[in-house]
Amino acid sequence: MKKMSIAAYLAVKEIWKFRGRFLLVSLVIGLITLLVLFIAALGEGLGNGNREYLSKLDGELIVYQAKSDFLIPASRLDLNRFSEIKNVEGISDVGLLGTANSQLLLSGDDNFLKTALLGVEPGHVGEPKVIEGSQLSAADADEVILDRNVILRSNIQLGDTITIRVTQGTEDQVFTLKVVGITDGQQYALQPSLFVPFFTWDRIRPKSQAEINFSDPVANVFIVKVDQPENVEIIRDRIEEKIENVETATRKEAIQALPGYSAQQSTLNTQGGFTLFIGILVIGGFFQIQVLQKISQIGVLKAIGSANSVVAWASIIQITLITMIGVAIGAGLTFLFSLFFPPQVPIVFNGTTTAIAIIALLLIGPLGGLVSIRYAVRIEPLKALGLSS
Amino acid sequence: MNALETKSVIKTYQSDSGVISAVDDVSLNVASGEFVALVGPSGSGKTTMLSILAALLKPTSGQVLIDGVDLSSLDDFQRVNMRREKIGFTFQANNLVPYLSAVENVELMLRLNNKLDKAGKLRARELLARLGLGERLNNYPGQMSGGQQQRVAIARALIHNPSLVLADEPTASLDTERAYQVVETFASLIHEQNRAGIMVTHDLRMCEFVDRVLIMEDGKLTKILKDRADIRKLSSARN
Repeated sequence: MKKMSIAAYLAVKEIWKFRGRFLLVSLVIGLITLLVLFIAALGEGLGNGNREYLSKLDGELIVYQAKSDFLIPASRLDLNRFSEIKNVEGISDVGLLGTANSQLLLSGDDNFLKTALLGVEPGHVGEPKVIEGSQLSAADADEVILDRNVILRSNIQLGDTITIRVTQGTEDQVFTLKVVGITDGQQYALQPSLFVPFFTWDRIRPKSQAEINFSDPVANVFIVKVDQPENVEIIRDRIEEKIENVETATRKEAIQALPGYSAQQSTLNTQGGFTLFIGILVIGGFFQIQVLQKISQIGVLKAIGSANSVVAWASIIQITLITMIGVAIGAGLTFLFSLFFPPQVPIVFNGTTTAIAIIALLLIGPLGGLVSIRYAVRIEPLKALGLSS
Repeated sequence: MNALETKSVIKTYQSDSGVISAVDDVSLNVASGEFVALVGPSGSGKTTMLSILAALLKPTSGQVLIDGVDLSSLDDFQRVNMRREKIGFTFQANNLVPYLSAVENVELMLRLNNKLDKAGKLRARELLARLGLGERLNNYPGQMSGGQQQRVAIARALIHNPSLVLADEPTASLDTERAYQVVETFASLIHEQNRAGIMVTHDLRMCEFVDRVLIMEDGKLTKILKDRADIRKLSSARN
């Protein structure tokens, strides 16, 4: 305890005396923190934009057409199989999901917002819960529930009528829908979402010329809610056994299979990892140079009776304090910058991700300083003071 | 009682050309209240001897006793404790911790020995004032001259009441006037506080203030001057 207090005294005194030099290092750590937190937030934002709707689904399983490789747009399921799946034991609810893209026309000439047009079954799993307004009323009503992200990027309000534009055959078609509800964030494929009743969706979705004349609605996937979530694997096997030509995925598997999702996340994680690694090198380099500059000073401290543990703890406390100050500066800068980013920029500060990034940043200081601490401990007072012959 | 006693201390090094004896069978003792100069030409072994006395270097053979404790019986941890508690040390240069003020540098020895109380703080200030640094208490080493820094180092070497005070070329970086002032003050404090003091120096003029002169040549203690007249003759011969 006595040694710790002496070490803390020496560490703080040195930081205060040479505060300009140490502040510069803290600022470098602050910039690394800013970069790491932004990469983490970008990863979270992009990931969220891709998976938000799926990750908030009330159902546990997603049923795809067999061999669709868990790609929702590639999967096509007719309604006969929908009737069959409802009869599988252990399932409490099944909902249809159709996905497409549309342009939401905004005021002004040719001003539009690209949106995901999702067809869901009113009152069933897959229809998101509204936070304002009401749920969809009927399977073919001209109603829409808007993702909160649509509201953030337009002046549309609850009760308004919106116009969407899609291409059917070779013609652009416009459809009007009444906004009956607003949900929390429910992005899909990096776009804000419009939720319409499934049969409405089938009518207004983009279609090829061949599809226009094809009357039977086709969903992309079915969303399944099981009676007992702990039995999800059993139900999964049961579905694949009883229904022909389907494959099932859990929500996690479905998210991982989203186009580009894994590649995008691993790229951003690698960038974050490399930034942390650079941080280790920067901090390690600075403190190593610092130790090299004060070899004789450490030699004096040891010669007059400071234990190695005092020298080591002083270095550890110093590195930890400088890292903490740097991370605090970086976190503050990140917060300030985040206030000025428009909603279109996919940056999301998730508590857990940010906490993990901050803990990693706090650890890189002592990790980077390990070599310099070892070097300081091994300094021989005789050599440091020029007394060795 | 002798604060310091060495018995047949030998320190050898292995080199390409064979075994070199840096210190060769040196026996000496220094009593409390006695100030001794260790002199000799370059390569005579005086710095090696000082390092051995400071518990920084282990002799190849022989004994070094400080307050009756044999350094060879101590492990590394105990040697660190010995340096902290029983030995005061001033070096040629880079003596002080640059981020501590003059008074904090002196108090550091009390801090290390867990003796920094109100009385200790007062004593540190009084000692610095005695050394003519009363106005420089809060100055950092970078704001002081070489002589002032050396005086702070002397205060640091004495503040914790060590049995043995060692000074390695304390006047090396000082002009003549400052050198005389520093050594004179050092000598008077050694005598007043009843410490055993050893000063390694190649500046024989500084021997004027010591009680005995130990002359080393080729690692051996070749001559001891005790007589005041002999010492004065030695110190004035080089003026």
